[in-house]
Amino acid sequence: MKSLSGREPVLSVRDLTVEYTTEGGTLRAADHVSFDLYEGQRFGLVGESGSGKTTTALALMRLTQAPGRIVAGQVLLQGTDLLTLSEDDMRKARLAQISYVPQGAMNSLNPVMKVGNQIANGFKDHIDRISGSEIADRTAGLLSGVGLDPGVARMYPHELSGGMKQRVAIAIAVSLSPKVIIADEPTSALDVVVQREVMLTLRRLQEELGAAVLIVGHDMGLMAQFATDIGVMYAGEVVEIGPVMDMFDDPLHPYTRALIGSLPSAVHRTKMVGIPGLPPALLELPTGCSFNPRCQDVMDMCHRLDPQLAEISTGRWASCHLYGAGERAAAS
Amino acid sequence: MSHLLEADGLTKVFSRGVFRKTHNVAVRDLSLTIGEDEPTITVIAGESGSGKTTLASMLLGFQKPTSGAVRFRGQDINQLKGARWRDFRRNVQPVFQDPFEVFNPVYRVDRILTQPAKLYGLASSDDEAREMIEEALRQVGLRPAETLGRFPHQLSGGQRQRISVARAFLLKPRVLIADEPVSMIDASLRATVLESLRELKTELGVSIVYITHDLVTAFQIGDAIYVLYKGDVVEAGDAMKVIQAPAHPYTRMLMGSIPVPDPRVQWGADLPVMTAADDAVSANPFRCVFAPRCPDVHDTCLELPPPHFASESGRAVKCFLYEDKPLVENRRLLEASADGQ
Repeated sequence: MKSLSGREPVLSVRDLTVEYTTEGGTLRAADHVSFDLYEGQRFGLVGESGSGKTTTALALMRLTQAPGRIVAGQVLLQGTDLLTLSEDDMRKARLAQISYVPQGAMNSLNPVMKVGNQIANGFKDHIDRISGSEIADRTAGLLSGVGLDPGVARMYPHELSGGMKQRVAIAIAVSLSPKVIIADEPTSALDVVVQREVMLTLRRLQEELGAAVLIVGHDMGLMAQFATDIGVMYAGEVVEIGPVMDMFDDPLHPYTRALIGSLPSAVHRTKMVGIPGLPPALLELPTGCSFNPRCQDVMDMCHRLDPQLAEISTGRWASCHLYGAGERAAAS
Repeated sequence: MSHLLEADGLTKVFSRGVFRKTHNVAVRDLSLTIGEDEPTITVIAGESGSGKTTLASMLLGFQKPTSGAVRFRGQDINQLKGARWRDFRRNVQPVFQDPFEVFNPVYRVDRILTQPAKLYGLASSDDEAREMIEEALRQVGLRPAETLGRFPHQLSGGQRQRISVARAFLLKPRVLIADEPVSMIDASLRATVLESLRELKTELGVSIVYITHDLVTAFQIGDAIYVLYKGDVVEAGDAMKVIQAPAHPYTRMLMGSIPVPDPRVQWGADLPVMTAADDAVSANPFRCVFAPRCPDVHDTCLELPPPHFASESGRAVKCFLYEDKPLVENRRLLEASADGQ
C-alpha cells in the first residue's frame, strides 16, 4: 500500500490477526487486517457490531484481553513494530506515541480522582522531573484547548456533563502530542448537538498536532463528515479502503454499496431498503467470500474463493471478485 | 370527536431529597391525541433528558402523571380496572429500546409470542397459535424455523427487536408505543425494522407513537412530530415539513448537527458559531427553557416562557421569534392556524 506522494505512513498495519478461543472453537475477530495511516489523515474504520473494528483498535494498542490474542501481523509505528516491543517500552509508547480514546470514554475516567490529577498522571509517567507548576500550566492549556474552563481541573468527573467528560478524555489523549490517536466510537453516547461540537474539537486538535486519527464507528454519516479516508470491515476483514469522497460517490464493494444505500435520507421520503440477511457468526463463516450469502452480485467463484484486498485503482482497495481481486485459498 | 389515546396536560415532576427537596420537571403540560379513525405515526423527538421516555411510560400506564391524564377511548387509564384495564393493555402495546433486556434469558424466545397469544385468547388451538406466530415472524422478515425454539442469546439484537415487532403484528394492538426501537440495531437492519413499523400502520391500521432522537428516521416514517426539549414541546407540526424547514432555534440546531452521509455537505454549515456550555441547566421556570443555549435569545426570553405561536398553519412553535403570529392553545398544537381563525 504505497501512497501516491511516496510519503511514509506513520502507522502501517500488516496482516493483523486476532483470535478468540471460545467453547465453540477458535474464531478470527480480525483476519489479516492491513491499512496505512498518514500524517494528517483521519481514517474511519467502519463496520457493524462484530465486524472486528474494536478488536482491531485494541490490538493496535496491544490492549487485547484474554481469551483474545494477537496471533499474527505487524503494527509499524514509524517503522517500529509495536507487537515486538517489551511491555515496558510499549507502556512508554502509549499516550506519548499512540493514544486511545476508548468507547464510552466518559465512563473511563476515575470517579474518585480530580480531573486535573488524571491529566497530570500522564505527564508524571512519561516526562522525567516535570515541575508541579509546569504540570499545572500544561493542564490548563489542554483544558482550554478542548473548550473547557481550566477550573474543571479541580472538579470530579461526576460534576461534569457527558460532553464535558468526553472533552476531558480527548484532552488526556492529546496531552503528550502523540503521532496517532485512536478513538473508538468517541461520541456514541452523546446527543447529536454535543457530538458535533466534540468531533469538531477533536478535528481541530488533530490538525494542530498534525497527528493521524483512527476513528472507529458504525455511523456512515459521522464518517462522511469527519474522516478523510474510510476502511470498511465485514466479518473480521477489511473489504474496502479509499478516500471518503470516492467511496460515497462510487462504492466498490457490494457491502459498502448496500451500507450507503441503506442510509435514510432527510430530503426524500423513500422505501427504506436494508441489507438482506444477517452478518455471519464468526464461528460459522461461509466458504469463499464472507459476504456471499447477502451479496447482490454474487458469482460462482464467491462460494469457493476468499477474495483478497487489492488495489483496484490508485488509492482504492477492495476485496471482491467483481474486480478480479487476488484470491486466498478458501481453506484457512 | 373521540380519541383513541389522548394525553391531556401531562406533567411529571420527580422530587428528590427529604429536607431540601429538589424538583425536576420531566414533562410539562403536554397534550397530544391519537385519533380513532385513521392510523398515524406520531413522532416524539428529543435528546436525552427531554422527557420522551417518561412520556412513553405514562402513555403505557407504567407511571402516573403528577397532573393531567392519559385517556384511552375517553377514560382515564389510571382509573381503569378489570376487563377495561386488560382491553387497554392489549390495545396499547410497547416496543422497547433495548432488545437485550426484554427477553427472559432462561426461556425460549417463543414465550414472548405464545404467552400473549394464550393470555388474550387469540387462537383456539395450539396449531392455530403456531400458525399465527409464524405468520407474524415472516411479516418482519424472520424465518420461523431459524427463530423459534432458540434462546435469546442465540439471536442478534436486530433479530430480537424484530421479534418485539412481530409480537405487535400478532397482537394487532390499536396503538404501539415504540421507544427508540432501532437505536441499538445495526444500520443494515434498521431500515428493515422501520419498514415493518410502516407496514404495521398501512396494513394493520396500527397507530404508532415513535419516540426517537433521530430526526432522519422520523422524517421517513412520521406523520406528525412533537419536538421535546427539557420536558416542553418546543415545536409541533407535520413531520416532513418540520424536519425540512425547522422553525424553533432548537429544532434548527438539532437538524444542523446531524452528520449528513454526504462528504460534500459541510457539517452544520447553517449553524451559528456557538461556544455555549454543552448542556446548561435552566433552573429558572420564568424563562424559556432553551434560552441558555439559544443563538437567537433576547431579553423577553429571560423574563417569561414563550407560549406556542402558529408560525404557519398546522405548526406550533414555542418561541418569541414568532410573537407576531397567532397564539395556539396547548391542547390543539397541530390545529394551529396561521391566520388566527
